[in-house]
Amino acid sequence: MTDAAGPDKVFRNALANQEILLPRCDDCGAYHFFPRVVCPWCHGTAISWQRASGRGRVHTTTTVRRKPERGGDYNLCMVELEEGVRMMSRVENIAPDDVVIDMEVKAFVGEAEGEPAVLFRPAEE
Amino acid sequence: MTGNLRGKSAIVGTGHAGFGEAHGLTAYEVMAQSALAALDDAGLKLSDVDGLFCTMMEDSMPGLMAAEYLGIEPRFLDSTMTGGSSFVNYLTSATMALEAGLCDVALIVYGSNQRTASGKLVTASRPPAYEAPYNPRYPISAYAMAAARHMYEYGTTREQLADVAVAARAWARANPEAFERGPLSREDVLAARMVGDPLTVRDCCLVTDGGGAIVMVRAERARDFPKAPVYVLGSAAESSHRQISQMKDFTVTAARKSGARAFAAAGVSPSDIQAVELYDAFTINTILFLEDLGFCAKGEGGAFVEGGRIAPGGVLPVNTNGGGLSCVHPGMYGIFTVIEAARQIRGDAPGIQLNGVDLALAHGNGGVLSSQVTAILGSQNTL
Ligand SMILES: [Zn+2]
Repeated sequence: MTDAAGPDKVFRNALANQEILLPRCDDCGAYHFFPRVVCPWCHGTAISWQRASGRGRVHTTTTVRRKPERGGDYNLCMVELEEGVRMMSRVENIAPDDVVIDMEVKAFVGEAEGEPAVLFRPAEE
Repeated sequence: MTGNLRGKSAIVGTGHAGFGEAHGLTAYEVMAQSALAALDDAGLKLSDVDGLFCTMMEDSMPGLMAAEYLGIEPRFLDSTMTGGSSFVNYLTSATMALEAGLCDVALIVYGSNQRTASGKLVTASRPPAYEAPYNPRYPISAYAMAAARHMYEYGTTREQLADVAVAARAWARANPEAFERGPLSREDVLAARMVGDPLTVRDCCLVTDGGGAIVMVRAERARDFPKAPVYVLGSAAESSHRQISQMKDFTVTAARKSGARAFAAAGVSPSDIQAVELYDAFTINTILFLEDLGFCAKGEGGAFVEGGRIAPGGVLPVNTNGGGLSCVHPGMYGIFTVIEAARQIRGDAPGIQLNGVDLALAHGNGGVLSSQVTAILGSQNTL
């Protein structure tokens, strides 16, 4: 029996502490996301955690259309972080239609579906 | 499929059931009716089937459920689930099983009642843990983000996306089996309700009921059946991801590799293909697959489809039954690409029958642009 947390839990525990950690492979030096026990690029298993810079760019984006009585339209996008990995997220503090590809965004730990989650806001506000 | 499987198996029966709305029928009833129709087409009986290739949306053991329902005990069973591409993928495994003598009569079958059962996509899939909190709407959000990126990189327009739907409808209008047969203009598509920018509801496939089935045998006995055999000349698969957030390039699909290998196996090239049947879950799919399969260069798909160029009377017949956009889309459409390709070659297409089709392409897509499977089918003349 071991109580060592796997990479999924390490990531989530950090989020719960308002911290965004990204896994980086010690062997090839590349970041990956989502967190895994094996590097998807070189298949190395020595993986360390780095604090994310939080700087990123919208790689692609969509507005999910939803009836106003159900909460209205919202943004869904892929953000490419400075570290070279992409994650699904949404950009807040801006109308969903105003989120455009290549805009610079900054990460923060917010809440999605009642759980801590990486969200973004426009970098230039 | 490597070169030594070229033409080793043949489709000798196709069938379908429950197109549109199959009121009062369960998914397995639609599946079984499809199987019976295909076997009837081939002049065979359920008791002849000893290889079963089936997956369904609502079960984790669909192959066992289907075999049990049909009252058969197959000695070869494949229910590999790669989404809608599964049924194109089964052409490869059925060919291998037939050629190896692991079965003599292969039945590929699918059925769904998703329209009348719920009106929504039925799925046994769990939401991906690193995507679900952001509430993507599957599968449209994934395809919307691919479309947005294609528009950004290549200047593809919403009008060009709309023209894919308009072309599909034009084929469907001549097909009595198609579910949506009313007129559809570019303006109609653009003015339709936006679901996930840049895609409107008319950029999205239908939600219908329906099932399809295919019967295959070894090529050596393929001429002993009532219908002209349709040979599997090449088939190849490539898988690139499961979750859309893991797609490396949102404008390039694994169809580039599956297509290249299928063409190599068949010994033909895109310019030889007379009918192209693509899994058009969304209008962007048709553009991506035409590019990735080599019918046009990357980035030129929008111009390639513009203004009726893939519609009846255009430069390339694409989705000649009306596709998933206008003919039928019961959760997974893949099997219908093969059925329409086979019927165009046999000369009994339900809608517009093209003249003298010897070579047709069927392409299946699974997941969220995740699994790509390409098959090249040919007539007796192509052996
Ligand atoms: Zn590595």
